[in-house]
Amino acid sequence: MNQNGMSVIVRTVTRLIYGLAIVFGFYVIMHGHLTPGGGFQGGAIVASAFALLLVAFGAAGVKGRLNKKILQSLEEVGALAFLGLAFAGIGTAFFYNLLAGSGSFLFGASVATGPNSGIFNAGGVVPLMNWAVGLKVMTGIACIVIVMLVGARKEETE
Amino acid sequence: MRKVALLVAFLFVSAFLLLAATSMRPFGTPNDAAMDDYFISSAQGEVAVNNVVTAVVFDYRGFDTLGEATVLFTAVIAVLSLFRKLKEDEQWGDER
Repeated sequence: MNQNGMSVIVRTVTRLIYGLAIVFGFYVIMHGHLTPGGGFQGGAIVASAFALLLVAFGAAGVKGRLNKKILQSLEEVGALAFLGLAFAGIGTAFFYNLLAGSGSFLFGASVATGPNSGIFNAGGVVPLMNWAVGLKVMTGIACIVIVMLVGARKEETE
Repeated sequence: MRKVALLVAFLFVSAFLLLAATSMRPFGTPNDAAMDDYFISSAQGEVAVNNVVTAVVFDYRGFDTLGEATVLFTAVIAVLSLFRKLKEDEQWGDER
């Protein structure tokens, strides 16, 4: 067993699983307007994959791969994108969905009323907001986990 | 003595919860359903979204989601500032 990480069993299973967890999280974010889930939930799933990596390999093992500065800036990008999309409809009202059903090529299709399987390219700013919030949640929680784990390890070694 | 007191408290709270459970309305029949019915019937037409929960969270109640995102942002900022690296001659609690 190396200094910071866990046993070889945990590390092997983590190598198998973390990619799947990240892909599943992105799926939940992408299909937030069609299936249960959305930005918050999918972001938390992706962040849990990052946390799994950190726990299994230790802070030293992922040092070069998860950069705190980049995650921090991406979180702010997500927050600003969410706010910007909210302000995009300010001509009518704050948080007005100006793309929904407008026929524009970007999420502008309209959906038939009643039970149906839905259209991916619909929903106006809702899918875009899902992406913004998902980016914000995944990077924000990953940032918290990294900083707290690294801080705890430092305390241990001192 | 401590166990008896805990048992009495447990029975007391359980009795109240069971009493409340017996007088609940049947499942799926809310008192005032006008708002729910509006969301369910018009989310597909107005927001073009099949997931009504997402329509509520990101469109009808978007301002609430902005507050939620702000809470997360504040939490991240708080943790980052709590676990930041100290400067060379800095101690915890230094006034600057």
